[in-house]
Order: sequence, then structure tokens, then C-alpha cells
Amino acid sequence: MGVTTVLPRTTAARPFSVFGFSSAQAVAFLLLLAAIVLAPFGIYPVFLMKVLCFALFACAFNLLIGFVGLLSFGHAAYFGMGSYVTAWTAKTWGLTPEIAILLGGLTGGLLGCVFGALAIRRQGLYFAMITLALAQMNYFFCLQAPFTGGEDGIQQVPRGNLFGLISLRSDMAMYVVVAVVFLVFFLLIHRVVHSPFGQVLKAIRENEPRATSLGYRTDDYKLIAFVLSTFIAGIAGGTKALVFGIATLTDVNYAMSGEVVLMNLLGGMGTIFGPVIGAGIIQWTENALAGAGAWVTVTQGVIFVACVLMFRRGVVGEIAALIKRPL
Amino acid sequence: MISIFGVPGPLLFGQLSLGLINGAFYALLSLGLAVIFGMLNIINFAHGALFMLGAFAAWMMLTPNTWLGMISPGLSVPDWLAIGYWPALIVAPLLVGAFGLLLERTVIRRLYKLDHLYGLLLTFGMALIIEGLARNAFGSSGMPYRIPQALSGPVDLGFMFMPKYRLWVVVAAAGMCLLTWFVIERTQLGARLRAATENPDLVQAFGVNVPRMISLTYAGGVALAAFAGVLAAPIYSVNPNMGSNFIITVFAVVVIGGMGSILGSIVTGFGLGIVEGLTKVFYPQASATVIFVVMVIVLLARPAGLFGKAA
Repeated sequence: MGVTTVLPRTTAARPFSVFGFSSAQAVAFLLLLAAIVLAPFGIYPVFLMKVLCFALFACAFNLLIGFVGLLSFGHAAYFGMGSYVTAWTAKTWGLTPEIAILLGGLTGGLLGCVFGALAIRRQGLYFAMITLALAQMNYFFCLQAPFTGGEDGIQQVPRGNLFGLISLRSDMAMYVVVAVVFLVFFLLIHRVVHSPFGQVLKAIRENEPRATSLGYRTDDYKLIAFVLSTFIAGIAGGTKALVFGIATLTDVNYAMSGEVVLMNLLGGMGTIFGPVIGAGIIQWTENALAGAGAWVTVTQGVIFVACVLMFRRGVVGEIAALIKRPL
Repeated sequence: MISIFGVPGPLLFGQLSLGLINGAFYALLSLGLAVIFGMLNIINFAHGALFMLGAFAAWMMLTPNTWLGMISPGLSVPDWLAIGYWPALIVAPLLVGAFGLLLERTVIRRLYKLDHLYGLLLTFGMALIIEGLARNAFGSSGMPYRIPQALSGPVDLGFMFMPKYRLWVVVAAAGMCLLTWFVIERTQLGARLRAATENPDLVQAFGVNVPRMISLTYAGGVALAAFAGVLAAPIYSVNPNMGSNFIITVFAVVVIGGMGSILGSIVTGFGLGIVEGLTKVFYPQASATVIFVVMVIVLLARPAGLFGKAA
């Protein structure tokens, strides 16, 4: 199973490689880095932080769809639970932001461990349906559980002081934290994908029976990748909760699961920079259409249909095909 | 008063009948999903949206002056346009089925050579478009739909009074399920359909127009969803989100039952509705999640589903 690979394979040894980046990827990464450093001077930082949180969420999702070929249609569960736990611990226990975010990530990973172990018992479309159904179960749980605040969510979450020292009340201070969190986990995902472990994941994507016959316990690999992805999704959700000071049912709803799929589809599944670009475009359209009600949903639907019908490589995938280098 | 396990009889039977109704919708929707999956190898995420379209079509046929008035105020609407419930039960599925035919011919057809996951993504996108447009046109709040005259009021079953309409929904849904089963398992058309599911190339070589059969299968599955939508209109308020709430639960039903068997889908659908109804009586907090819990148990004990063959 899995989404057909769209990137050209380079069989020859790469002459240039820094931290697993090829030359084209290194240039793209420097551009991304420059954009992250320069953007807050021109664009509203809160919007940028939102984009970065969703970009991280999308990268976590891409780890599964792009490199293992698993379509998890319920990633909102881990993102949303991460956001709830970070918000709750920061507000009720008064934990410092870095610990609260870490707890959010651990919650996502723990939930992912349970849900993932169940879902990998089936493959292909069933895997997608099971992850979606489990996420919906989690949604109903959040709707009723007392700590989530039901329809109101958890509001007025303090951003707190980083390490108990540096106040994050100003948007610029928070932006630096979000940018660092994003970069650390972005590079972690990149590192994982280009490690021997990542090679096994790709082997599973291409041909699972063959990977099994080579002696790999594919279910274990899938589960580890799933837990890693859900951990990072939880980190992204927790960070977002601190940025906006709120955690609500929107973050655990199935629509959020659909949105992260859309970001990957639009940006380019299986590329390293695609999810970031996809998240940026989707957040920008949502911002632009904020007053237009259900037209946001219609637009997202149209992008879905258009991407599937004629644009399956996504923005970054198309660029990569154009310059004939993986991005 | 009868009391069973310490629960008063009327409460128990009341929830059971509600559970049966939900089960009727699960059965109709999962049956449609299974039929479409068998032929097209696509999980039709738009199924919930098309169920909702069926309900809206019925509502439009009941009160044409309301929505025609929204489009052009002051328009005089002839009375014959309000055809009411019974004709809508036939016309709405035909209309929505025709819409499904159009979708298959123009869009879904392009995906057959691709990975099956793209079908899920595409139909998810279509569901978003349909629901978004419906929300724009009608708002998020529900439209009331009164129960047809002949079916209002209760009926005495001897041990309980049941609203006539609930009984009708269960009977109509079960009848439609059996009809579908009969067509697929006992007619020549169904035999060709099953053969084409197994080996489309060979069936085509025998001179059967398989692409047309695929289109009609999709239209048929969609019409089943619309039929369920018309049945649902008087029970739930007719609103743009009614389908998306249902469809994810129906996915769980499909995982539990497995998509291999027609009769299996029907039995699983009704059975889970009853389980849900019983949970409402004995432990109401879990009623929203019980089907998913059952799914977890089935995945642990019998991963291929109750009626499924090992994948």
C-alpha cells in the first residue's frame, strides 16, 4: 500500500551532504531558516506562530504518510490531546511552558501508542478508517470529560515563564520559542527519515512483504514511527495551546484530521519541505476567508479534489520534479 | 409495570426502539459503503454528505415555498410542487443517485488506476464541498420535517406503545436491505456484479459493460444513502451536519462487520444499533463511544472483522 513515490530516485552516491541534506535541500533549508528569522519583522507574529505549529503538525503527519505510507485519518486526536494537556497543566498546576509542552507531547505519544497498536492490525483503507474512528471516540471522550471544559474548552491559559525565568508574554519572545521548537523537531524528523531506521520505513512503504522477508518486524517499525509522529503532533498541539492561551474541541475534531491531510497533499507528501509550504498556504487561505463562514470548508474541499485529480505531487513535489532533485 | 434487570420496561423498550432505528441507518449506510467498495475499491467518504442531500431533497419536496422563497422572494409556488413524503421516498433517492452517477462519470472514474487511498481523499473533499455549500445555503441549524399524517401517533405492540414512524423506519430499512441482498445474491444482474467484483477483465471479455456497471453500482449505493436520508428526515432535524456525524460511526460499523458480506453488514448495523440503545439504558455516559469500544474489542479478538475474510 501507500502513496506512490513521486520523487525521482537517485541511485548514485550524493557528492554533497550536510546533515543528510542534499545541496538543493540545504539551499531550501537556508531559505526556510531565513524566512523564519525575517518574517516576524513584516508579518503578524501570532499568525506566523500558528503557521509554524501547523507546519510541525503536518511534518509529523508526513513522517507516516510520506515515509511509511500509512494514512492516519485521526491525527487530530494526538494534536488535540497534546493541546488539552499542555493547557491544563500550565493553567492548573502552573507548570513552566517547556514542561507543559513536553507533557502534551508525551500524552500524544502515549495515546498514539495505544491507538497505533490497534490500528496497525489492519492495513490500507481499514487503517485509515480505524484511526478516524478512534479519533472520533477520543472526540466524544473530550466532549464529556470534565477537565476539557466541554464546549467552552480551556481558556485563559498563561504562557508562563520559560524555565521559570523568561516571560513569554510578549509575542516576540513566544515566537522565538515556537521557532526553536519547530526547527528542533523538523530536523529530528529529517534525521530520522535519513537514518537506517528511516531506510527500513521506506522499505516498508515500498514493499512490506519484502521487508518482512528480510527479517524486519514491520509492525514494530510501523508502531515506533506512529508513536514518534503522534508525540510530535502532541508537541505541536501543546505549543499552539500556549500561543493562543486556549484549547478547544476544534483541535480534536475530525475536520482537523482532514486539514492536516490537506496540508500534506497540497504541499507534497513524502517531501521534506512540502508540509511546511502546505501548512502556510492553508493557514493563509483560512485567514483570508475568515469572515466567509462555510466557504472555508468549500475551498478546502475544492483544493482536495483538485490536488487528487491533477496535482498529486503537491507544490514542493512539482518543484522537485521541475529541478529534478528531491526536496 | 414490567421491569427487566431493574429497568422499567417502557424505558428499556423505548431505548431499544431508538437503537433499532439508529441500527437501521447504520445498516443502510454500511451496506451502501460495502457495495461501492466491492466494485470500485473506494471508501466513499461522501456517503454521509449524500445521506444529508437525500434528507434535504425530501425537505425541499415537502415545503418548496420555503426555499424557493429564499431564492426569489415573492415567487408564487404552485401546490403540486409540494409532493410530500411518499413520492419523495422514491424521487429523492433517484435524484441523488443520478447526482452520484454524474460524480462517478466525471470525477471518481479518473482514480481507478491510482492507489485506493486517493479515493478516500477525493470523496472526503467532495463531502466538504457538499456540506459547505449546504451550510451556506441553509445555515447550520436544522429544518423541521413533520411526520406524514399516516404514520403519526403510536401503535400498540402489546408490550409497549411504539410511535408508528419508528416502526415504519425499521420495517422500511430492513425491507430495503433485504431487497438489496436479493438483487445482489439472487438475480442475474447481481451474479454479474459479483463476478465483476472478482475479476472485471474476464467479465468484460464476456461482453458485459463493466464500466457502466461500476457507474450504476456507485449510483445504487448512493441512492441507498439518500433513501436512508429521507427516512431520517422526520426523526433528526434536517441539517447540513447530519451526515458527517453518522459517517464516522458507520466506518466503525464497517470495520466491525468487515465488508466481505452483504448479510454481515445488515446484521452488524442493526446489532450495533441495539447495543447502542442498551448502553443508553444501562450506562448513558458511554452511549456515544460504545460502538468504538466494540470496534477495539473486535480488532483485538478478530482483526478481520466479524464477517470479514483475513485481509
